[in-house]
Amino acid sequence: MTRLDLVIVGAGPAGLRASVEAAAVGLSVMLVDEGREPGGQVYRGSESGAFAGTAKLGSDYAAGAVLAAAFRASGVEALFGATVIQIEREADGSFCVSVATGHDKAVVVRARAVIAATGAQERPFPIDGWTLPGVMTAGAAQTMLKADGVVPDGPVVLAGTGPLLYLLAAQYGALGVAIDTLLDTAAPGNWRRALPHVPGFLTSRYAFKGLGLLGKALAATRIIRGVEAVSAIGDTRLSAVTYRKGATERTIPAHVLLLHHGVVPQINLTWSTGAQHRWNAARLAFEPVRDASGKTDVPGLFIAGDSGGIGGAQAAEAEGALAAFGVLRMLRGTAGDDDPIEGRWRHRLAVSLRGRAFLDALYAPRQSHLSPPDDVIVCRCEEVTAGDIRKAVRRGAMGPNQVKAFTRAGMGPCQSRMCGLTTVAIIAEETGLSPGDIGHMRLRAPVKPVTVAQIASLSEADERRTTESPSATRPRK
Amino acid sequence: MFRRLVEPAGHVTVTIDGRPFSVAAGETLSTALLLAGFAGLRRSARLGRERGPFCGMGVCFDCLVTIDGAANRQACLVRVRDGMAVQTGTRLPALADTVPE
Repeated sequence: MTRLDLVIVGAGPAGLRASVEAAAVGLSVMLVDEGREPGGQVYRGSESGAFAGTAKLGSDYAAGAVLAAAFRASGVEALFGATVIQIEREADGSFCVSVATGHDKAVVVRARAVIAATGAQERPFPIDGWTLPGVMTAGAAQTMLKADGVVPDGPVVLAGTGPLLYLLAAQYGALGVAIDTLLDTAAPGNWRRALPHVPGFLTSRYAFKGLGLLGKALAATRIIRGVEAVSAIGDTRLSAVTYRKGATERTIPAHVLLLHHGVVPQINLTWSTGAQHRWNAARLAFEPVRDASGKTDVPGLFIAGDSGGIGGAQAAEAEGALAAFGVLRMLRGTAGDDDPIEGRWRHRLAVSLRGRAFLDALYAPRQSHLSPPDDVIVCRCEEVTAGDIRKAVRRGAMGPNQVKAFTRAGMGPCQSRMCGLTTVAIIAEETGLSPGDIGHMRLRAPVKPVTVAQIASLSEADERRTTESPSATRPRK
Repeated sequence: MFRRLVEPAGHVTVTIDGRPFSVAAGETLSTALLLAGFAGLRRSARLGRERGPFCGMGVCFDCLVTIDGAANRQACLVRVRDGMAVQTGTRLPALADTVPE
């Protein structure tokens, strides 16, 4: 049994930069990611995707290829196409990380520290008909663009709010892909609430990038602002979209509807470790509690990037570096943060986070989209509606765990990733309590469904390596 | 529903529900299925309704298909391989509606 210094979960900007910095100071590191190559979602396809090596998706995306190359040069061993299903802390304080490496295979990796960089997911956007084939998230469509060079065909409608929605519209515009309609669902009062954050925004890189984005998206697309409700219409697949604005209701044909109203931290893995999380009322999301280096109240567990709180790719990369220095300090028992490299990353993080408060306020989703009408399905897996959840609350379910027991919301294969926040929003509305007091459904390991064959095959990663592939351990540079 | 904007470097053959399809080498399986005209990939547990790719990143579990005999694999996390056999249309087992009346 070998014990590494560090296991890093997630190969997005945070995980890649953490790998590079940790390897540079001599730590033994393994990186695990569900994807097939470095990049995560934001830099997906940076190595072998349809736009790898081009600037067609913008300079921010092109930065991913540079980071992926730095990761490859670091010599850090990576398990791609692998899912961390459990992180356990042993009696001696080290970690036992269980990783599914195939549908019938799993290994155990042991390490003295873990950096969780599991990134973000899109905030659930439950509308009538959102389970129909043809309805997808904007992020899913962007992934198809980056990884496979594939775009929607036929009438396409984008609906929601948030920078990603406009980024996708701008990227489609630049590639000559027509979008029929963009339905902007941001609440009209958002501008007023965002005003106090304008000074911070003006000093941010978003100020120029944001205006450029809007210009490009506006030029190519019909944008309808102030949209209050959106429904997907169809029998076995999407055929039309109905939207309401004031007293006006219109139905437009659509083959593809792309939904988005923000991203939230992906917390299933971090929550399952027992690390403390709290509600962020400005970002309308649960976030792990961590210090400036990403250190949590679980000794040896660090969290970097969007999984700790949404900051975007550049902030995530800086946080990855800072977490690597935090791990080094913990393992070597060194004090202080005098390292000039660390100071440089701290500065980059501060610069990257400028303007976020403005964006959070400007693109905040509507309450009626966070807590939808009774007939809308909230839990996609178990097909539980908002009305089912309200009924359970009125019958005495005190919190999300009881709602889950009453209704099965959150009990399906996605393990509440698609319904957890909506369930909390509905309970908050019904009871008048804050989401922070209500809490989230308990998130437990295994954090993704496992097969019996995976459990049966669990073995030490280094035993497997010795028997199957003696040369897999690469020398560190 | 979707179209290819960038021509792939090469092609491989996969079998979908028993029919052969030529798809881009290394492509994400969920993308290949959409391009082949398979919008619905499985049926929902309770109501038996069609579901297709939704989140594209392994979060929602709506794109579950059977790959080379292994059931309930997330098509959005898998790349196509020459000779891969894919089966769509699985309906997940349902429990009775447990909402108390």
